[in-house]
Amino acid sequence: MTLLSISGLTAHYGDFQALFGVDLALEAGETVAIIGANGAGKTTLMRAITGIARVTAGRISLDGRDLTGHPAPSILSQGIAMVPEGRRLFPSLSVEENLAIGAHVRKGNGYWTLPRIYEMFPILAERRHHPGTALSGGQQQMVAIGRALMSNPTVLLCDELSLGLAPVVIKDIYAAFPRIKDSGTSILVVEQDIGQALRVASRVYCMMEGRVTLSGRPADLSRDAIHDAYFGVSHA
Amino acid sequence: MIWIDTLLQGILLGGLYALLAAGLSLVFGIMRLVNLAHGDLIILAAYLILTIATATGLHPFLAVLLAAPVMFAAGWLLQTHVLNRVLGDDILPPLLVTFGLSVVTQNALLEGFTADSQKLTAGAIESQAMHLGPLTLGVMPVLTLASAVAVIFALNQLFYRTALGRAFRATSDDAVTAQLMGIRPERIFAMATGIALVVACIAALYLGTRANFDPSIGPARLLYAFEAVIIGGLGSLWGTLAGGVVIGVAQAMGSAINPEWQILSGHIAFVAVLLLRPRGLFPRATD
Repeated sequence: MTLLSISGLTAHYGDFQALFGVDLALEAGETVAIIGANGAGKTTLMRAITGIARVTAGRISLDGRDLTGHPAPSILSQGIAMVPEGRRLFPSLSVEENLAIGAHVRKGNGYWTLPRIYEMFPILAERRHHPGTALSGGQQQMVAIGRALMSNPTVLLCDELSLGLAPVVIKDIYAAFPRIKDSGTSILVVEQDIGQALRVASRVYCMMEGRVTLSGRPADLSRDAIHDAYFGVSHA
Repeated sequence: MIWIDTLLQGILLGGLYALLAAGLSLVFGIMRLVNLAHGDLIILAAYLILTIATATGLHPFLAVLLAAPVMFAAGWLLQTHVLNRVLGDDILPPLLVTFGLSVVTQNALLEGFTADSQKLTAGAIESQAMHLGPLTLGVMPVLTLASAVAVIFALNQLFYRTALGRAFRATSDDAVTAQLMGIRPERIFAMATGIALVVACIAALYLGTRANFDPSIGPARLLYAFEAVIIGGLGSLWGTLAGGVVIGVAQAMGSAINPEWQILSGHIAFVAVLLLRPRGLFPRATD
């Protein structure tokens, strides 16, 4: 059965309709990427899945359980965690407290614990007592990923991980993905960097103006098709 | 020597102002809510302690132990059913609601307890004094300051050492992201207001044993509390204690020069601090 299933999803960004009937599926163990230009509705889709943005029509379900319209805290406890765009660390909390708060409602003993996060990102162990916002952008992104993993989610949503980071740092961040997948978490990433998205994902959805314009396996998609789906202009 | 005595009396008085202000500071720090009814809720707590003490014959120091859980529940319900509905990007609605609550509380107390002034009687301890060399300090004022320090210390431990405190700080930083961590801000806020009213109970105990109170005096006491919070720096609990002491010392010094100047010199100190340090003595780093 499909792990995360989204059908006919419509949502608004303020008064503006940002999603027009989006369908999307994430199977267990998959990494799926959503690509698209600014304003394509990628972030609104993420916010709708996590219950931050209000869904006006359609259905979101996880493992067959209907999550449509649930508030954000309840969606987290059902097993969907998000690394928000721009990291959004809590400035009054230290690195370690930022990680610990990710486990605020965790139930049982999952794979991810503070020692495992520190093992994956050793630099965070060194900086554990610094304020979260005193770190470099890449290190903050590591904290944000660790914080989301601390709830031991079945689905991890990552919104624009590479935003504002140097290519070498982005590589370090994405190097954590195989381990996250091995822990049994499926990943849905939003990425503006098409090359990066095609490298990590087993399937890709391309969005434009609030609709999915193209989807498929990276190997099956031609550059031209992606270009058309991304920019909405057809090649001469 | 008289000046050292005056200074000490002022510091002790500052303990009372810090107690009045601590709940206000806590609530403002977590949810940026200015509770204009805080003074009236303290007076409500004083009447509650009085009622319990009268009905059961308990000493006010024991009656407060019964009053505290009642006030916690009242704070929880108030936040859940009233204040959470008006909290938002606009700061005006919660301000208006707490202003209304202030008026309602005063009039309800007037209906229930008349306008006669009341006092909590703590017995012999009220007139006991301790001697430090040439100085004489009242036991009750010393106890007031000690309680203020203990309350501020306890609130700080809660804030910086517990999971609840972590959730308080995270929600205060960014309520939307806090929800992504599974935190329900409305419950965090309810908890905060509950705790603030427990602190209000402790403030009421010392306010009510120190002097007479009647249903209308809440707002006047609230003014000193506001000044203490602002002098200390918004959201800083130790700053609130320092702010209370600044007001207390200024009032004591003023009244030593001329009794008519007591209240005025407190307000002058407030304005002076704001002129020199517009963000207060200990502003929180992130605001």
